[in-house]
Amino acid sequence: MRSDPEDYELVAPGSLRAVVSLLAEEPGVWLPIAGGTDVMVQYAAGKLTARKLVSLWNLPELRRIEVAENEVSIGAGSTYSELRAHDAVAREFPLLASAARWTGGVANQNRGTLGGNIANASPAADSLPALLAYEAELILVSVRGERRIDYLEFHTGYKTTQLAPDELIRAVCLPRRFAGYFSYARKVGARNAQAISKVCVAAIGRTHGGWVEDVHIAIGSVAPVPLRLWETERGLKGKTIDLESVLRARKTARGEIRAIDDVRSTAAYREHVTGNLVVEFLEGLSASGSKA
Amino acid sequence: MKTEPIVGMSVPRKEGREKVTGQARYIDDMALPNMIYGATVRSSLPRGKIQKVAFGPGIAWDDLVVVSAKDIPGKNCIRLIADDQPCLADGVVNHSEEPILLLAHSDRRVLLKAVEAVSIEYQSLPALFSIEESERYAEIIWGTDNTFKTYRVEKGDVESVWAKADYIVEGEYRTGAQEQLYIENNGVIASFDREHGITLWGSMQCPYYVHRALMTLCGLPENKIRVVQTETGGAFGGKEEYPSMIAGHAALLAIKSGRPVKIVYDRMEDMVATTKRHPSRTRHRTAVSRDGKILGGEIEFTVDGGAYTTLSPVVLSRGTIHAGGPYYWPNVRISAKAVATNAPPHGAFRGFGAPQSLFAMERHMDQIAATVGISPAEVRRRNFLKTGQTTTTEQTIREAIDLGKLLDRGLALADYGAKKDRFRKENDSGSRKKGIGIATFLHGAGFTGSGERNLSSEVAVEGCADGSVRVLVSSTEFGQGTKTVLCQIAAEELGLRFEDVEIAQPDTREVPNSGPTVASRTAMVVGKLVQSAARGIQQTLIASGLLRAGYSREDFREACKKYVAERRQFLSWARYQAPTDVFWDDKKYQGEAYSAFAWAVYIAEVTVDLTTYSVTVDDFVALQEVGRVLHPVLARGQITGGVAQGIGFALYEKVVWRNGRMQNGQMTNYIMPTSADLPPIRVYFEELGNVHGAFGAKGIGELPMDGPAPAIVNAMEDALGVRFDSIPLLPEDIFEVMTARSPGQTDSRAKDGVR
Amino acid sequence: MNLPRGQRQVTLTVNGQRRNVRAYPMERLLDVLRQPMGLTGTKEGCGEGECGSCSVLMDGVLVNSCLVPILQAQGAEITTIEGLARGPQLHALQEAFLQCGGAQCGICTPGMILAACHLLNGNPQPTLEDIREGLSGNLCRCTGYTQILEAVGEAAGRGSAK
Repeated sequence: MRSDPEDYELVAPGSLRAVVSLLAEEPGVWLPIAGGTDVMVQYAAGKLTARKLVSLWNLPELRRIEVAENEVSIGAGSTYSELRAHDAVAREFPLLASAARWTGGVANQNRGTLGGNIANASPAADSLPALLAYEAELILVSVRGERRIDYLEFHTGYKTTQLAPDELIRAVCLPRRFAGYFSYARKVGARNAQAISKVCVAAIGRTHGGWVEDVHIAIGSVAPVPLRLWETERGLKGKTIDLESVLRARKTARGEIRAIDDVRSTAAYREHVTGNLVVEFLEGLSASGSKA
Repeated sequence: MKTEPIVGMSVPRKEGREKVTGQARYIDDMALPNMIYGATVRSSLPRGKIQKVAFGPGIAWDDLVVVSAKDIPGKNCIRLIADDQPCLADGVVNHSEEPILLLAHSDRRVLLKAVEAVSIEYQSLPALFSIEESERYAEIIWGTDNTFKTYRVEKGDVESVWAKADYIVEGEYRTGAQEQLYIENNGVIASFDREHGITLWGSMQCPYYVHRALMTLCGLPENKIRVVQTETGGAFGGKEEYPSMIAGHAALLAIKSGRPVKIVYDRMEDMVATTKRHPSRTRHRTAVSRDGKILGGEIEFTVDGGAYTTLSPVVLSRGTIHAGGPYYWPNVRISAKAVATNAPPHGAFRGFGAPQSLFAMERHMDQIAATVGISPAEVRRRNFLKTGQTTTTEQTIREAIDLGKLLDRGLALADYGAKKDRFRKENDSGSRKKGIGIATFLHGAGFTGSGERNLSSEVAVEGCADGSVRVLVSSTEFGQGTKTVLCQIAAEELGLRFEDVEIAQPDTREVPNSGPTVASRTAMVVGKLVQSAARGIQQTLIASGLLRAGYSREDFREACKKYVAERRQFLSWARYQAPTDVFWDDKKYQGEAYSAFAWAVYIAEVTVDLTTYSVTVDDFVALQEVGRVLHPVLARGQITGGVAQGIGFALYEKVVWRNGRMQNGQMTNYIMPTSADLPPIRVYFEELGNVHGAFGAKGIGELPMDGPAPAIVNAMEDALGVRFDSIPLLPEDIFEVMTARSPGQTDSRAKDGVR
Repeated sequence: MNLPRGQRQVTLTVNGQRRNVRAYPMERLLDVLRQPMGLTGTKEGCGEGECGSCSVLMDGVLVNSCLVPILQAQGAEITTIEGLARGPQLHALQEAFLQCGGAQCGICTPGMILAACHLLNGNPQPTLEDIREGLSGNLCRCTGYTQILEAVGEAAGRGSAK
């Protein structure tokens, strides 16, 4: 353990209102910590720069998962285990359910929260591509009230987000408009469990009469932020899925990402596998012949 | 005498209950009164001269105990083979993470900050990081030629075979470093006072190695050093020689401070600073006849020993002797060397050189098969050693081992033929390619050649006052079942119940030196000594008239009680006697290398997913002849555990080096398989007995490490038709090999994708 | 009461016993269990939530105690390995681990048994795949998992919902 607990302050005000007040009093000073599966690892490695932390663990306002007519609203403090166990999530948002299954092992799923992972903004986080594919919206909260933003706009750069220094993620809202879509989620990690992803794809699509009506392809670990492959999608919309469009999609996808060499993998591998996963998705989409 | 067998039964693990209830005490669970904590300041350079050491601001340095090389009372070295490894760097560093200073304080948190506050200035020197760099002599970093040790084995007339060969098959094979990754990090507690000297508790395999090292380092006599092994959470060779270093550090701090000192590494320190498996390079050049028989050949075997000698000569030795595999070589030359690089010294890890040279041999056999145009099974069949033939070191195989039959059984268990056919058809389409691969091998148990004679191991069995019996050995338990098996042996020999026999915790004050717990020697060699010593107890009681032949368990207990009541102490000793028909020539490296070989056939079935280049092992058959299975559950556990490590060695475990330092020293980035990654490992045994082992047993601890990697890589070649000669093979490595092979074929899904 | 600056009073239930500790709020639950409480059965293998040796049950749910700041365990019910056996009567999982060779060096065993406990509490009749997945966050270097999986299956067969 490479940090001294004495150097840190951790408070647990116990309510969302109290937490945002504290954040407003000293913006940028208090680091929110939910389940700790990201923060505590940095802390143990002696790499946590924040010295003051405020606990979001078990705040009831952040743990509700609400199913409304047009959207499912997931409290940011929902753990991955809770996501896995929730009917509507499993049924309507299989990309997110898959990601929840892949995030760490059971013990880490019991503590890791959706909001925590989003705010931590690691480009390798497994659930972020799913949220991009589903075009989630985030409800952010501060003393100034709540605001709703497109998740697509949330990540502005490597580990930088739209969160104001005194803001928290309160909920993640997933639109209930993907019934009948074909889903494809695949994570490539160093092993089958407990692995940080090298490439992580979450994609949905809908075809009609052999044409691609809609397609969302999101990918993590291959850029400083999780990405939607906009160009690849544009190249597919309104087209049939055939050898030519698939090869073109693969090439475009490989060009859209910014993969790097790091201790876990290589740029060349990530790029190549990205292409393969896009192809695999399109094969599945084509075979599914799904209709809106 | 009772007739219920104990040997051969899965009796309860002696310390099992403590382990499943959390009562077992490992070193970090222990504390002594007045104890302080120690930490190590380490080199950040792979090679250089230390110019300046500065103790930074913000720390009350007077409150810290500081030890440097000049504080060493005895000799500044970790006594092992060459004594070239300093305990603390003195002016010069030869590898990253080399220990330079030791600090101690009662508050771990102050200690942490103090370590960070030490700054060291170096004059950097050129460093070497690979076998090739070392043998090019661009820089001499050790001795006169960067070479720790060489061996040469010559049998027959190698030069004569080339002209007669129908084929000459060449290959170069490489293996990488591997981290032992015991789940319990290295840790010790040392205390010192003038009267008793040093007492050292810790996680270790070899208390007497530590004892000897501390004598040299501290300049203290034998009876002023006491070493006690505590419950050890995994070792695999990683705690064979390394504990002498951490023990030395704690001892020095204890001497200087006058207080007990605990040093326990965290995971990162343990991974980056301690020993790993020796990386290797093996080159084969083999003369083969038309029908696939080995006429002879040259094998060049090289290991990277890191910065200091440590155990490299012995690792090299074992790798050399195993380099020819379980085959008949009428003519062979094996040239072996261990070279120095500026990596932290590499050390013992299960298999100890054999996994490296056997990887090469088994990959090479498949190349020979492909060249000649026969199957991998057939090429092995035609070359297997037979009873009466000699190994590469001219050891005659005397036992009635029939490797062809063993192979047949393995193939049947794995459904090899049918699967090979099915995979060939199925591989025509789809992005998942399946393959099945074989490795056949041997593993010599016990110390090589004259090693056991030199060790001269000694054990004692004690008759206790309450009529029970106690085994006294320095052999340690670290999960493999030492305590259980040695008690089984004594109980069976004496006709007692398993519960009647206990075993002392290894404490150099209490137990004789039964040698290190390594080399798969404990059940076989030490067990046989325990058997002898137990027999001595029995014979003494009978000779004393207190016991008659055909006695019952109750008779024994009564007799023992009486004997102890009369004589106060009741000890029976046994010392290793080298078998008279076993000879070994250290100079020529010829003769009976091991008193027993275990034999094995391993078969791996894999799927290679060309979408991600990842390999899954779907089925694994591990069939081995082991002399005698002393404890079915424990024996099986050794095989499944070793196979899992072998799978890691092949597919998952890569040490990422930069500038001679491990970059992925965390469990997040150094990957070992989880329960979700491994197939059911199917284990089968055969028993031919062994006159040199307790109740016929051969050593099996390391055997399972030798086979999995080549079996898997052979299976991958079967699946893909692509040759891989270097491990580990992570998906990135597989991708690189496959795209280098056919650069235009980078679109691996093109033909299998949408048509 | 006077606490050293920065320390807090934390109350939690451990193995059925109510405990009060004084600790810095960012001390790890793992360290509080091991040192002030003397419950050394929970182990540190990696300090980064990868190996699972530090697994405990917190409010019935498996967590890596090396990643839990003690303040977040305020009011929680913790079960460690020491809390499984009822006096001399071992938990079915403990018996099964003994019988099947699920423990070799023993260092991963406490966390592994608790992970299995958590699995069986939620899924008393797990398939082999369920067991593999349920234990995939607990690393074992000795066994290759084979005999551990068998032990869990054995305990499930015996009906271990206790």
